Amino acid sequence: MAERVLMKGNEALAEAALRAGCRHFFGYPITPQTEVAAYMAKKMPKIGGTYLQAESEIAAINMVYGAAAAGVRAMTSSSSPGISLKAEGISYMAGADLPCLICNIMRGGPGLGGIQPSQADYWQATKATGHGDFQILVFAPSTVQEMVNTVFKAFDLADKYRMPAMLLGDGMLGQMMEPVEFPDSDPSANIPAKDWALTGHHNARKHNVVNSLFLQPQALEDLVVERYKKYDYIKENEAMHEEYLCEDADIILVAYGASSRIAKSAVNAARAQGIKAGVIRPITLWPYPSKPIDAACSKAKAFLVVEMSMGQMVDDVRLIVNGRKPVHFYGRTGGIIPTPAEVLEQIKKIAGGDR
Amino acid sequence: MATQNIILAGFGGQGILFAGKVMAYCGLMEGKEVSWLPSYGPEMRGGTANCSVCLSDEPISSPLVLNPDVLIAMNGPSYDKFANVMAKDGKIFIDSTLVNGKKFPDGVAVFEVPATQLAQDQDLSGLANIILLGKVLKETQFASMEAVKKGIEKCVPPSKTHLIEANMRAIQLGMSL
Amino acid sequence: MAIVYDKPKALSDMPRHYCPGCTHGIIHKLVAEVIDELGCEGKTIGVAPVGCAVMAYDYFNCDMIEAAHGRAPAVATGIKRARPENVVFTYQGDGDLAAIGTAETVHSATRGENITIIFVNNAIYGMTGGQMAPTTLPGQVTQTTPYGRDTTAVGYPVRVSEMLATLDGVAYAERVSVDTIPNIRNAKKAIKKAFQNQIDKKGFSIVEVLSTCPTNWGLTPVEALEWLRKNMMPYYPLGVYKDKSAEEDK
Repeated sequence: MAERVLMKGNEALAEAALRAGCRHFFGYPITPQTEVAAYMAKKMPKIGGTYLQAESEIAAINMVYGAAAAGVRAMTSSSSPGISLKAEGISYMAGADLPCLICNIMRGGPGLGGIQPSQADYWQATKATGHGDFQILVFAPSTVQEMVNTVFKAFDLADKYRMPAMLLGDGMLGQMMEPVEFPDSDPSANIPAKDWALTGHHNARKHNVVNSLFLQPQALEDLVVERYKKYDYIKENEAMHEEYLCEDADIILVAYGASSRIAKSAVNAARAQGIKAGVIRPITLWPYPSKPIDAACSKAKAFLVVEMSMGQMVDDVRLIVNGRKPVHFYGRTGGIIPTPAEVLEQIKKIAGGDR
Repeated sequence: MATQNIILAGFGGQGILFAGKVMAYCGLMEGKEVSWLPSYGPEMRGGTANCSVCLSDEPISSPLVLNPDVLIAMNGPSYDKFANVMAKDGKIFIDSTLVNGKKFPDGVAVFEVPATQLAQDQDLSGLANIILLGKVLKETQFASMEAVKKGIEKCVPPSKTHLIEANMRAIQLGMSL
Repeated sequence: MAIVYDKPKALSDMPRHYCPGCTHGIIHKLVAEVIDELGCEGKTIGVAPVGCAVMAYDYFNCDMIEAAHGRAPAVATGIKRARPENVVFTYQGDGDLAAIGTAETVHSATRGENITIIFVNNAIYGMTGGQMAPTTLPGQVTQTTPYGRDTTAVGYPVRVSEMLATLDGVAYAERVSVDTIPNIRNAKKAIKKAFQNQIDKKGFSIVEVLSTCPTNWGLTPVEALEWLRKNMMPYYPLGVYKDKSAEEDK
């Protein structure tokens, strides 16, 4: 392990991508993720990689589609409005079983919205990143260090399962500096052989075709059903979460990314006032870590979901809890980060109601 | 000192973000949890700059400082924006060359440092920010002198190592006030 | 028995789905013959469009990818940047290249992306059943211009080769036709040059091929060829619009 250095989240994730073997970055400027592109523009030419500023987000994701089809680790990054534009390409990549990394450093929406931190793209990331029946891997780090770790994981799993992965951050994580260290690892160890890739057949094999068009309904259904078997396997095996002070908790907060940091502070403050609270922090948003929430239903008296949105992930928590315990919600939106004091108020209200 | 929440604010070009980064690195050298968060967006392009720095013994929840324990204000608008949201017993450090005629809020200590003037007089051009940092160090002991030196060494780019000495002189000058 | 004519090796045995009299078949054959003659099938990667040629990925024997509508030049860019030693071409129609994919076309051209584009211009959307294309002629009747293309309401056709020729990044832009044997032979020469340019790392090369759509034009194949000559050629004159290598030779 190298020494810890202070780095902005956006720059740390870019550096991690380079160390994970990514040599092809296609992007378009948008606040608050622009440092990712700037970092890549500076580094890529020096290591023989490609940084290309595309004419649009749409072009950028389609360049990723081409590069990923050619068998290399490729990525793009953007922020909320830009991800909407990439939706088409993400759907095609899912339909053609191509791995890649897409970073969304979320900002307030809808429309042009704002540029301050937000988590209002949860639904988009986990339910409808584009048209059609498909899922992508979604990682939601909560620290700059975790952003780094997640980039490696996202590339590895994307390659392993041949599907796009998304790093879902927010303006706060992207812009802030925290200490990070980069693991010494050989990325090639985790890159499987890609015999499906477009390399030119060199008269040594049949031609490879990368495609998502299947005009016979039965052929398409068979393919999608097969892909969903893969999704089931991933749901069973790849969900990640962290539990914080949950063992004896009466009130379980569920929060990811930036909100989970606030939730932890609020839980500490609640404990100082004698309220037993804890946090379940999903690290993967798809697959969603439903098991720990399901298990918590037997012990906890209530759940409180905290998000920087009007309430999106809370839907998934309610589906898992399924009426067994009350599920409360507290959120701020538009680029406002909830304060620990606001969240503590909610915890106290719930605790009071239970007493 | 479990947690110190700091805001540094001023015009773009005064080295606000740099001074914040030095503070964060000082904390890192002391083995603390640290965070640094700049303001970004249209505000940045409008010529003002500010950043939040947290130094703590605990993991930092929100890196966005709303009620600072320490405010470094290098222009009038920055002072006006943050002086009234200070935490209890907060400390405000102003560059009195550029900020004057202000009413001071109750319950906070205000330190007036003519940093820009001093920088000019003492051949420390562009280091008013670091002179102020020296004064903050004296009044809050946010880090050891050794950590400050290391922090500055980390923040000065490799192509400008000759500036390390000037930065340290600026720290010493601030501490002497 | 001596073989006097054979299908090019780069074309697959898959039956084509094109309508009778459609000139896509000729253009496919020309591209495949060029790939054969250059001996580059093993390192060629083709990008199929959305439009009538959507299933071109099944018709060529080289590695192939299907792009979203209009995005073929962006996809080709990604492939070429990842594999600069491969030969990368797109095969696109007028709606794909000059309407929904205008940005991708113009910017891959202005970047001087070292790729080859085969642009099939038949002045109509064929796959979706005959709607107005960006290249539909003034007054031309289509499903969505039932009273003829009214330029006061929907503007004028795009002359792609002329437009792209103004960009410094373009190495080669030529408009050809496949309506007669001499023109077909000339079209093949242009396509070969566009591929050779890429192999020689000369940069962005595009060949615009005037093509027919008997089905949606409502004409017999022979009438369609006549219509192309009478209506399209005056609006879209054949010729070389940009040739950097020829300029350098001077």
